[in-house]
Amino acid sequence: MGMTMTEKILAAHAGCEKVEPGQLIRAKTDFLLANDITGPQAIPEFEKIGRPVFDPDKIALIPDHFVPNKDIKSAEQAKALREFARKHKITHYVEAGRMGIEHVLLPEMGWVRPGEVIIGADSHTCTYGAIGAFATGVGGTDLGAAMATGDTWFKVPSSIKVVLTGALPEWVCGKDVILSLIGKIGVDGARYQALEFTGPGVANLSMTDRFTISNMAIEAGAKNGIFPVDEKTVEYLKARTNHPYTVYTADADAVYEREIHIDLGKLSPVVALPHLPENVKPVAELPEIKIDQVVIGSCTNGRIDDLEQAAKIIAGRKIHPDVRAIIIPGTQEVYMEAMKQGYIAQFIAAGAIVSTPTCGPCLGGYMGILAAGERCVSTTNRNFRGRMGHVDSEVYLAGPAVAAASAILGRIAEPKEVLA
Amino acid sequence: MKFTGKVWRYGDNIDTDVIIPARYLNTSNPQELALHCMEDIDKSFVTGVKAGDIMVADNNFGCGSSREHAPVAIKASGITCVIAATFARIFYRNAINIGLPLLEVGDDVKKIKAGDVLSVDLESGEIVNTTSGETIKATPLPGFIQDIAKAGGLINYVKGSAQ
Repeated sequence: MGMTMTEKILAAHAGCEKVEPGQLIRAKTDFLLANDITGPQAIPEFEKIGRPVFDPDKIALIPDHFVPNKDIKSAEQAKALREFARKHKITHYVEAGRMGIEHVLLPEMGWVRPGEVIIGADSHTCTYGAIGAFATGVGGTDLGAAMATGDTWFKVPSSIKVVLTGALPEWVCGKDVILSLIGKIGVDGARYQALEFTGPGVANLSMTDRFTISNMAIEAGAKNGIFPVDEKTVEYLKARTNHPYTVYTADADAVYEREIHIDLGKLSPVVALPHLPENVKPVAELPEIKIDQVVIGSCTNGRIDDLEQAAKIIAGRKIHPDVRAIIIPGTQEVYMEAMKQGYIAQFIAAGAIVSTPTCGPCLGGYMGILAAGERCVSTTNRNFRGRMGHVDSEVYLAGPAVAAASAILGRIAEPKEVLA
Repeated sequence: MKFTGKVWRYGDNIDTDVIIPARYLNTSNPQELALHCMEDIDKSFVTGVKAGDIMVADNNFGCGSSREHAPVAIKASGITCVIAATFARIFYRNAINIGLPLLEVGDDVKKIKAGDVLSVDLESGEIVNTTSGETIKATPLPGFIQDIAKAGGLINYVKGSAQ
């Protein structure tokens, strides 16, 4: 009986020939991550253990959530992270101005690689499954302990095989793929499980689409969401790292708990209605829903391809008078590239807000908090009650093209309505 | 360990944003976090919760963000343990790691109503609903997780393990 990709990576890191779903293992960790919210919680836990960090080159501390500091308390948290990084000579601490949203930044810098075990004190750490790594979110205590030991415990997850076929139609993106999947299986449809994406359709998905899909695996309750390593992955990594890595492939006789088939060619632009990511509806089937704000960015959709999609729709047009459109490039590199391509000038000319990288509005931190009764179309990942502000505000999750079209028309709209 | 307490009852998919909204994540002080626990869906919780009370919910409790602030806020509010049909995985880890006991009971959770008084035996996993007289048996924790729980959380467990 063979193993899935996830099982192979975990077995190799636990020093086992073979692992099986349900087995409890201790696995070596290749890379660890914390941010300005979770780091300050991990640090005192780490200090209680009384050991040095296991490897200062294998830890990233990224102040991205409430940085640039939103208030005094946030400034204190960012300071605690910075001081810890200096004290322990953490290689991958990145200061505001060079900082990016962690899950856009880490792959971009080549700090995470295929075949690795990566844990981060942030639930969207599962993003790195896009490059064939086992990556999952943990809490501050888990992270603090791993900073001392260089390993952690896992229950080996069973895997769900998601077989992708075909190619995405125009204006349909990775966000529509993952939202459609969550709509099908629910917010706990993959609870404690691995989502393994496979099939001929994978080759037709860009790395940006794969990052978006893996990023939201957690929104189906999954432990991780992993893609095979193919030519596109290798090409993506070539420019970013020369560190050797191991490519794991699932065995032909690997055992999956269930199989889900998605024909990419049959998908259409969708949104997740308040207040759960599983409330997914095609945009075409919605009544008129007027909106107050649009957010384009985040660890889910803050990459250059995402901004390109938005720019194609926004360029030469005006943001609807009743809408605040907030566009947040995921990293400084994305920001620079968007500037070179002319997107930033197009956004500003249209009347949009462009911000330095930050998680800010996604989790209702700052830079776009909603008042009671306000509605936002957002390319972020969660639309829970009160997620982006007032408990009576509403978040509609969508891809960058739908968000951009909605920003122009002042209501939830498909790109073709703007371009017609 | 045995607890007896009054039930605060919630539904499906209680996410970490409602357990502790991100607007309060500019601190990790447990007492400050506890002041805002559950406020977006139940304003009466913070003012009404008594030390020793028990939180009970349906499926996928604690879904969403990895913020450990969520189990920390629940624990600091005085709740002794959380019982649910099922838990989201990061919340489950975090709660065990910080020493907030959890009991998973599946569909039997329907036998528990708001305001019921429960008597919980963590070791045997037996929950007696003293209001209705019914007894529920929770899924026992795997051995390794029990070791973490017995050590009082992950940090003590790691400190106690081989250097």
